[in-house]
Amino acid sequence: MDDTLATKLRILADAAKYDASCASSGSAGRAAKKTGIGSTTGAGICHSYTPDGRCVSLLKILLTNYCLFDCAYCINRRSSNVERARFSVDEVVRLTLGFYKRNYIEGLFLSSGIIRSPDYTMEQMMRVARSLREEHGFAGYIHLKAIPEASPWLVEQAGLWADRLSLNIELASETSLKSLAPEKDAPRIRATMGQMTERIAEAREEKRRFAPAGQSTQMIVGADATTDATVLETSATLYRGYGLRRVYYSAFSPIPEASRVLPVKPAPLRRENRLYQADWLLRYYGFSVEEIAAGGTEGMLDLDIDPKLAWALKHRERFPVDVNSADREMLLRVPGLGARAVDRILKARRFGRLRLDDIGRLSTSVKRARAFLITADHHPLRLTDRADLRERLAPAPRQMELFG
Amino acid sequence: MDALFASPAGALREVILSPGADAAGFRAAVRALVAEGLPPERVIWSTGAPGLFDAPPMAPHAAPAFSLPRAVTELIGLVLCHGDPERHGLLYRLIWRTVKDERALIDNPADPLVHRLMRMAKAVRRDIHKMHAFVRFRSAGMVQGRERFLAWFEPEHFIVEAVAGFFVKRFPAMDWSILTPHGSLSWDGTSLVIGPPALRPALPEGDGFEEGWLSYYESTFNPARTNTAMMTKEMPKKYWANLPEAKLIPGLVQSAASRVDAMIAREASAPRKRDPRKAVEAMSEQAPGTLEELNRLMRDTPPFVTGGTRAVLGEGPAGAPLALVGEQPGDQEDVEGRPFVGPAGRLLMKALGEAGLSREQLYLTNAVKHFKYVQRGKRRLHQSPTSGEVKHYRWWLKQELDFVQPRLVVALGASAALALAGHPVSVTRARGPMKFEGRPGYVTTHPSYLLRLPDPAAQNAAYAQFVADLKAAAERAAG
Repeated sequence: MDDTLATKLRILADAAKYDASCASSGSAGRAAKKTGIGSTTGAGICHSYTPDGRCVSLLKILLTNYCLFDCAYCINRRSSNVERARFSVDEVVRLTLGFYKRNYIEGLFLSSGIIRSPDYTMEQMMRVARSLREEHGFAGYIHLKAIPEASPWLVEQAGLWADRLSLNIELASETSLKSLAPEKDAPRIRATMGQMTERIAEAREEKRRFAPAGQSTQMIVGADATTDATVLETSATLYRGYGLRRVYYSAFSPIPEASRVLPVKPAPLRRENRLYQADWLLRYYGFSVEEIAAGGTEGMLDLDIDPKLAWALKHRERFPVDVNSADREMLLRVPGLGARAVDRILKARRFGRLRLDDIGRLSTSVKRARAFLITADHHPLRLTDRADLRERLAPAPRQMELFG
Repeated sequence: MDALFASPAGALREVILSPGADAAGFRAAVRALVAEGLPPERVIWSTGAPGLFDAPPMAPHAAPAFSLPRAVTELIGLVLCHGDPERHGLLYRLIWRTVKDERALIDNPADPLVHRLMRMAKAVRRDIHKMHAFVRFRSAGMVQGRERFLAWFEPEHFIVEAVAGFFVKRFPAMDWSILTPHGSLSWDGTSLVIGPPALRPALPEGDGFEEGWLSYYESTFNPARTNTAMMTKEMPKKYWANLPEAKLIPGLVQSAASRVDAMIAREASAPRKRDPRKAVEAMSEQAPGTLEELNRLMRDTPPFVTGGTRAVLGEGPAGAPLALVGEQPGDQEDVEGRPFVGPAGRLLMKALGEAGLSREQLYLTNAVKHFKYVQRGKRRLHQSPTSGEVKHYRWWLKQELDFVQPRLVVALGASAALALAGHPVSVTRARGPMKFEGRPGYVTTHPSYLLRLPDPAAQNAAYAQFVADLKAAAERAAG
């Protein structure tokens, strides 16, 4: 690899790292032809982890970080003094294949600053994906970050080559988006998202290959005054109305060359962590946004304890729950019991009445759960009435640095 | 122990298996032991080369096979790969209890034995997953026109054979070898060789992509979010020795805090570059400004349907009062690159003539711009587009008609009506005038429908009605 390409790689990987998503999951299993290269496994693979605890699954780069847009939260906005570079289509193809052959990555996550016009940029990105697929028989994972301002016909073409498409909603509040990202237009982003949702659903029904890993999006948290409840409501709408696979939350993190209109301090990573936990409760545990929000105060989640515990502490009358008779829904609400543990409990209790030891084998956090559970040999003696229950269950205060 | 000594035929049986997973040896041994009725507490398992005076290894199929629940056989396959020397004894206890009187044992995750075996299987699965992830190939250059790669890896368990399929499937066109202390894999594009344990080789030097990878690893790390606990949980230190990027970790962690402090302390700086106002303004003029530009885009667009060698574009004068929209180009249209030149097109021309219209006056186009077909021998068999495919092309059609500005659009058949209306339309029921998203329109059949009618009388009647429709549409466009 020559020096110019190495320099470009450094600049354009640096510029892309603020995007939280790096997943290579959600696609159907697929393998290359004899002369091609690559496969997808469905679950995705993380090939490495950086010291921020985030997984490196895809070669996550920008085609260019030159940009005509001026979004305050973005390091690549036109008014930033950051060092700029631009890859050619062929360079990205070479890098992707070179990395893939050495088993460094699952595939490519390509995004870009807007140069010349959204359409022009989108077309360049598409040429990368098309070349990988058609000229090199590449069957690895491709995630394209679609440009919502590009023409619908271009965005739709991306689905022919990409496994996953994403359009960033950026901020949950339309007003914030207007003030922080003057060139962006919230209704337009949603319209494009909606159009992709329809096309993906139709293709799935007709068993055609078209963005098989669906759509995802990202929201920045902590760059404006939006509450967690509003953020989660936006997510709930995106999951329900747009069939999104994932909503990523990115705690606003200080960037070099920051804009003056932004907070100087980073948003606590803990907040991002709690949002991911809440997101999980929305999707897999049957919680509603109102219930999750009720665990916190004034629309903000409790930062010290996870949202499920927060909900349980405010609904102590629903506990303790008998593991030997409670239904799945209620078991899922027990702090410390994950969906997998609940399924194991349901299986195991057909063989006899479960004791606390059994729960210890079926779940990994029986210490937390026991305060809320009745088993054949255990009753938490009005433990749920104790005023200090929160203190007993909350993790000891310490400087948190968390989560990817 | 009491039971052991109390048993009448109280002798212990020793079973020696080959080192590693040795699934075949274990299977044969278990069959023999179950057939003999030897309970787990009377069997001693070990691995190694069979000694001089040991019983000869048990031949496969010597004892009758018996069936086990699928979940049990899957579990056995994984646990046999585990490095724990107790694995055989534990598995035999599971098998014994399952075949004796606890057929459903595997379904009870709270049973201590099942729980322990499940955890062992999980550890093996994780090791397999990590090997898929953490093997790093070094390029060894080109050998006889094929690129060669070499890797050294140290898995925790006996999983070398278990991962082979993954790498063969992923890298079919490269030559590669993966060496490990438990065995090795070698692929040359056609066959896989599973070899003996290897020693750490000297890996080839000078793979430029590895430097690129290191620089990528460094750049993609965000110092503002340092969380080494999370990293080591997912990438345990035992794997670091063979990960080239791992040597960067200490330096990255050490400098992270000062990098973040520097970022926060730095005042927001005024942009040094002038505002590229002209470029920003020009950005909004990206939509194609003429029909020619739109057509150029369409020509460059990959087909949304299978087949389709080229886009067959619309034809006719801009400002034509009447536009006709068909379904999609057929074989002949695809060859000539013009709409309505095949059998259905010729019938349409005849009908137009009888309705007092000519091709030159009209704008002719299709809902789907590419010929969708499947190859059958030498023939290309026409396939109807699905509604999803029709919708992929809607944007084109809309833009096209916006440029042409006809006074009336005729939908020939259901696909055209769907493309124009945006929702399914029944041609039989909607036949006649109809608004397409505000655009004056008219629905009639597709001429190919007339060709498909088997009965000449029905064909004549349908044809007459088709001509009448075209006439009616032309009158509306004129009026």
